[in-house]
Amino acid sequence: MRLEPRAHVPFWLNVTAPLGAIALAFAFCALLILWAGAPIVPAYTALLKGAFGSTFALTETLTRAAPLIFTGLAAAVAFRAKLWNIGGEGQLYAGALAATYFGTGLITLPPLLMIPLLFLVGAIAGGLLLLVPVILKLKLRVDEVVTTLLLNFVVLLFANYLLFGPWKDPLAMGWPQAAPIIDEGILEPLVPRMRLHQGFLWAIAFAVFAWAFIRFSKWGFQIRAVGHNPEAASFAGVPIGATVLRTALLSGGLAGMAGVCELAGLKGYLTLDISPGFGYTGIAVAMLAGLHPLGVIASAIFIAAIYNGADAMSRAMSISNYLADVLTATALLLVLASVLFVRFRPRLR
Amino acid sequence: MPEVDEPARAGAETVLRLAGVTKRFGGLTANDAISLELKSGEILALLGENGAGKTTLMSILFGHYVADEGHIEAFGKRLPAGSPKAAIAAGIGMVHQHFTLGENLSVLDNILLGTESLFAPRQNTAKARKRIAELAEHFGLAVDPKKLVSDLSVGERQRVEILKALYRGARVLILDEPTAVLAPQEVETLFKTLKTMVAEGLSIIFISHKLNEVMAVADRVAVLRLGKLVAEFPIAEASKESLAEAMVGRAIEMPTREPQPLGPVVLQLAGVTVAGEHGKPLLDELHLLLCGREILGIAGVSGNGQGALAALLSGLRLPDEGTFEILGEPVKTTSPAEMLRRGIGRIPEDRHATGVVGDLSVEENLILEAAGSPRFCNLGLLKGRVVRRNAKDMIERFDIRGADPTTTTRALSGGNMQKVILARVLSEQPKVILANQPTRGLDVGAAAKVQELLFEARAEGAGIILISEDLEELLQVSDRIAVLYQGRLSTPVAVENADLKILGLLMSGHGEFEQQKGARGHAA
Repeated sequence: MRLEPRAHVPFWLNVTAPLGAIALAFAFCALLILWAGAPIVPAYTALLKGAFGSTFALTETLTRAAPLIFTGLAAAVAFRAKLWNIGGEGQLYAGALAATYFGTGLITLPPLLMIPLLFLVGAIAGGLLLLVPVILKLKLRVDEVVTTLLLNFVVLLFANYLLFGPWKDPLAMGWPQAAPIIDEGILEPLVPRMRLHQGFLWAIAFAVFAWAFIRFSKWGFQIRAVGHNPEAASFAGVPIGATVLRTALLSGGLAGMAGVCELAGLKGYLTLDISPGFGYTGIAVAMLAGLHPLGVIASAIFIAAIYNGADAMSRAMSISNYLADVLTATALLLVLASVLFVRFRPRLR
Repeated sequence: MPEVDEPARAGAETVLRLAGVTKRFGGLTANDAISLELKSGEILALLGENGAGKTTLMSILFGHYVADEGHIEAFGKRLPAGSPKAAIAAGIGMVHQHFTLGENLSVLDNILLGTESLFAPRQNTAKARKRIAELAEHFGLAVDPKKLVSDLSVGERQRVEILKALYRGARVLILDEPTAVLAPQEVETLFKTLKTMVAEGLSIIFISHKLNEVMAVADRVAVLRLGKLVAEFPIAEASKESLAEAMVGRAIEMPTREPQPLGPVVLQLAGVTVAGEHGKPLLDELHLLLCGREILGIAGVSGNGQGALAALLSGLRLPDEGTFEILGEPVKTTSPAEMLRRGIGRIPEDRHATGVVGDLSVEENLILEAAGSPRFCNLGLLKGRVVRRNAKDMIERFDIRGADPTTTTRALSGGNMQKVILARVLSEQPKVILANQPTRGLDVGAAAKVQELLFEARAEGAGIILISEDLEELLQVSDRIAVLYQGRLSTPVAVENADLKILGLLMSGHGEFEQQKGARGHAA
């Protein structure tokens, strides 16, 4: 087989290539399921049911997808500008810290204002946090992969200090957790008696916003230009520094909102386990979506479904739920490989 | 199989035969039933415009593409399709237009790369080094094998590519636009090397669209147009005119310079010095005066300060000393955006790297400089419809072929990419235009279009600085010509009084570079 570059990429290919790759990932993991000693069809049925098979399963999947949409968008926006923000996890916690600071009684407003305020302060905290490594990158050429990654631990340890020290809720029976968010700041459930909350709608709204911003705004255009060819963009008068700073604020802000979403939507108070690595998984979400903001919605739901479904499958078939990790990793690798077939035409000789 | 090791005699055997090679890309027929023969000991020039199918044909020959129809024979044996490995084994070597060298490796490693087993515990470099030294000496391809490729000049890199092919035992060498990146002297050296090679019985396919070079070096010429082989004759029977006509399919009208009344002064550099590394200035007390409605040609071998002059006008740096005035206003701060505000249009030297963002569409590249202007942008949002209409207008007005507004710019040919840049720059009606090597690498037709567009801008009142290494072009296009040598500019002379011999001497540093302040040198 040979590969030839395509002059035009048909739209259908952009959609079917990743779907095909995902199907292939399922086929590959079927072998692992067999190896683990479970029948394939019932196993995958259990997975599907666990992800979407009931109101509970579906809402749980979407609940889990909400923060992933935010962190996925954060990575997608930054990667578009070739800004390698690996610090989504730290920015998520920064957002949660800010929301805790403002949302636990410092300010009381009606919910209609309180919730946007919490998202705003969370976004500002996440954005400012990313500004630090980005300024270092612009001024001193410090590699942002290293600095953003390491900042994750700095923020996490700082949160640790606050929760064991000054912010520890005296009413929490000694648990390291902060005081709860006031009722006005809580994201209400969307479905009665389920955990799915308004944060999911916020996530969808911001995905649409990020898409429109990248696609239709001048700044979004400049972000794309700088990402593809900084030299040409700079020569044409696009301010590189300002564009990268804007990207950082947007990316960090989106990750910060993931923290607010989890804090005000699920637990209601800050603990050190509000994120099981959403910041890192966001990178996989973004890559799986081909850095497309609307694709991020689908890929976040997909990854959330795999994890939820794998838990159900693991219970039903008594095989390890690590299969979720294998499945997402294989899907990601195959989707990245499928990009090759989107850009090039395979030909049988 | 014919003997290939025997030294070639005149009228020697056929080493390569292309039989009815056809290649289609979707609806486009890039090569249409092309049959060609290459004899040993000859240089065959493959001539054609951009997009005529030269590179596609050679890619098929070298196994990068598979032909839809037809086949290829090398030394009497049929070449398996689609295998560069088989092509190399058959003695075919290719030097690509864009080099394929690892910048972080030494010359030696680059040449050896891929020739040795991956699992060999240790490279046998001593023997290889000796063989490379022999080849280099024999064919006049001097390079230091220990140097890193990133430290080499473009000319040296090309020599490494040729050595690489020879080291792998190439008997047929394909050179894709080898002179596009070379300075005139380097071209001379290259031609000498090529002649030595064919005298040894090697055969060369020389892809070019430059008529002068083809006339100078080839034994035989084959002309491609729109994928078809339209002419094939010995060089003795060819003339520049006949080749040009065969290539373009019609007589080419080169645009002619109409005399124009000079406009007011638009650009003035006085005593401008730009410091370089190692204490040697890039520009050394440069004086330059440019009026509206004139084209000032800057001749000179590249690396003599052209880069610094272009950087000044592009808004990439400020002079360290001296004054720099645009439209009578001194420039104190600079940036590309600042230069655009002041009405300077800039056509950069490197289209791919600095001219366009290849992954963006044509319509997006057309507004790259003006994205913020109220014409295209309202409240931070781009006016999609206006952007689209602008692109359609520009594509028509500037004759950008093979493009609709949403085409990825990377997919355009060099000439059409250059037209995108010209459209972007000229549609802003700049008062001063910096055109840095605007026709380099373009075919005759595209170059003529570029020159025509520059003349149009001149007629509308712009002053144009044209930096070029092509003296012929400068003599044809400029109103005045000056030579840049080691950062100093010779007194400009009106093109009517320009003497090729004197310009040549100036380019090699012989002659007067002293200038009085305000020396005009304008023809009356």
